[in-house]
Amino acid sequence: MSPGAAGLSRPASAVSESAFRWLAVAASAALLAFLALPFLGLLARVSPREFVARLADPAVLEALRLSLVTSGAAAVVILMLGTPLAWLLATREFRGKRLIEVLVDLPMVLPPTVAGFALLMAFGRLGIAGRSLDAFGIQLPFTTLGVVVAQVFMAAPFFVAPARAGFMGVDRRLLDAAATLRASEPFTFFRVVLPLARPALVAGVAMSGARALGEFGATITFAGNMPGSTQTMPLAVYVALQSDLDTAVVLSVLLLAMSFGLLLGLRAAPAGFLWNRPSAGSRGF
Amino acid sequence: MSQTLLISVFAAASLSGAFTEIGRDFERAHPGARVRLNFAGTPQLVAQLEQGATADVFASADERWMQHLSEGGRLTAPGETFARNRLVFIVPRTNPARIGRLQDLARPGVKLVIGAETVPVGHYGREMLAKLANSPGFGSDFARRALANVVSQEENVKAVLGKVQIGEADAGICYRSDVTAPVARYVRVLEIPDPANVVASYPIAVLAAGTQPDLARQFVTHVLSAEGQRVLAKHGLIPIGSRAP
Repeated sequence: MSPGAAGLSRPASAVSESAFRWLAVAASAALLAFLALPFLGLLARVSPREFVARLADPAVLEALRLSLVTSGAAAVVILMLGTPLAWLLATREFRGKRLIEVLVDLPMVLPPTVAGFALLMAFGRLGIAGRSLDAFGIQLPFTTLGVVVAQVFMAAPFFVAPARAGFMGVDRRLLDAAATLRASEPFTFFRVVLPLARPALVAGVAMSGARALGEFGATITFAGNMPGSTQTMPLAVYVALQSDLDTAVVLSVLLLAMSFGLLLGLRAAPAGFLWNRPSAGSRGF
Repeated sequence: MSQTLLISVFAAASLSGAFTEIGRDFERAHPGARVRLNFAGTPQLVAQLEQGATADVFASADERWMQHLSEGGRLTAPGETFARNRLVFIVPRTNPARIGRLQDLARPGVKLVIGAETVPVGHYGREMLAKLANSPGFGSDFARRALANVVSQEENVKAVLGKVQIGEADAGICYRSDVTAPVARYVRVLEIPDPANVVASYPIAVLAAGTQPDLARQFVTHVLSAEGQRVLAKHGLIPIGSRAP
């Protein structure tokens, strides 16, 4: 008999099963209440009528437009550049892979202000890459393009991780079948792999888009704060908090609703569209 | 054994150097007392206080925000002016926009960084630009053209310094006291003539919601004392004893 089996056959400990279940439920409820209360507090501050009235405020609309444009653009860039990277990380082994994985994860844990400062050191006009960009007349700090750059930097990991997992989940046997039929790798990628991994890619785009939408620290440090060109909704909330609380509340609720909708839409979408997970037990390739 | 008494001081970002030293001096002079300092843009501190943050002392970079707290019934007594400050322009040492005189700041294409309107340094800065526009040799559209050059409205004065020090902005508006030795390594100062300069007044007050009113009162007294004033002057602020520039 293995030691593991001996452990399993031991009678239930002092904590009975029902107490165990209740503890789990109580702990979960406490955490959920903690997570939900700030949102409820925000919603309690604003009446629907006032919310709608303030939505027409040009300052709110301007920040909303800028946020949608920049985070949309960031999501597209992340999808275009992140998909190949996720594919390579899912399918290839190479020297230094660990290092690349850490590099990709780093923006998730880095304080956004540090990220913004580092971006300045790289892409500012005196930065190591920024000097060349400047020679071509491309300037990122204080521009809308700079906002997109900051968002891509902060949000890319939120796409690469799920996309990579999605690629790893594609059933290897299907690829073998495609190879038997003499399908080229590009053909297999576009006609077999991408459709199968689509739910994961969609999930990744939504996650990274939501992260880009909420980006604050890297944006204000790297791109600055200027209504109309770099003041996205999170920045507008921060500034409004100091001068116009009602506008701050409206912007916050709007951001909350958009992020909530994005994440919920992800889960509520037709199962066939999002969650046609490959058969269980399939090995990564 | 003596008990440790903690006072919490909320102070404008431009006071960070001076108040850090004053806090240490105060702790030395009052054994058992600990001073916890919180520096941020003045409006952010006010927002924190209004949202329920507890502090004993508030030091503001302008009278507007102190007045605001006073109207909200959050002070034990009206704010007392303890220091003044004046504005300067700063440009990176490399001076990428080749700014030689103040008039150059209104030249198209110059990247100017100032404080947001809500932040005292942003409020004073706009006032100063308007005064410059009325000064001989500037032209009445100077303020409008300079404001058109603004590429970012920062949320506190130290963020303005950051953008100029890194060399990303061509010029910025900050307080004279902000140009400390570490900052001066990266920036050059352009003085603003006295008639156009706007003098910032810093009021300090004991907060009604504080937990240590006596110690808070002693801290304010210390800031106003000769010793406190000496430290403020050392950090580039104008002590209240001396005449405004």
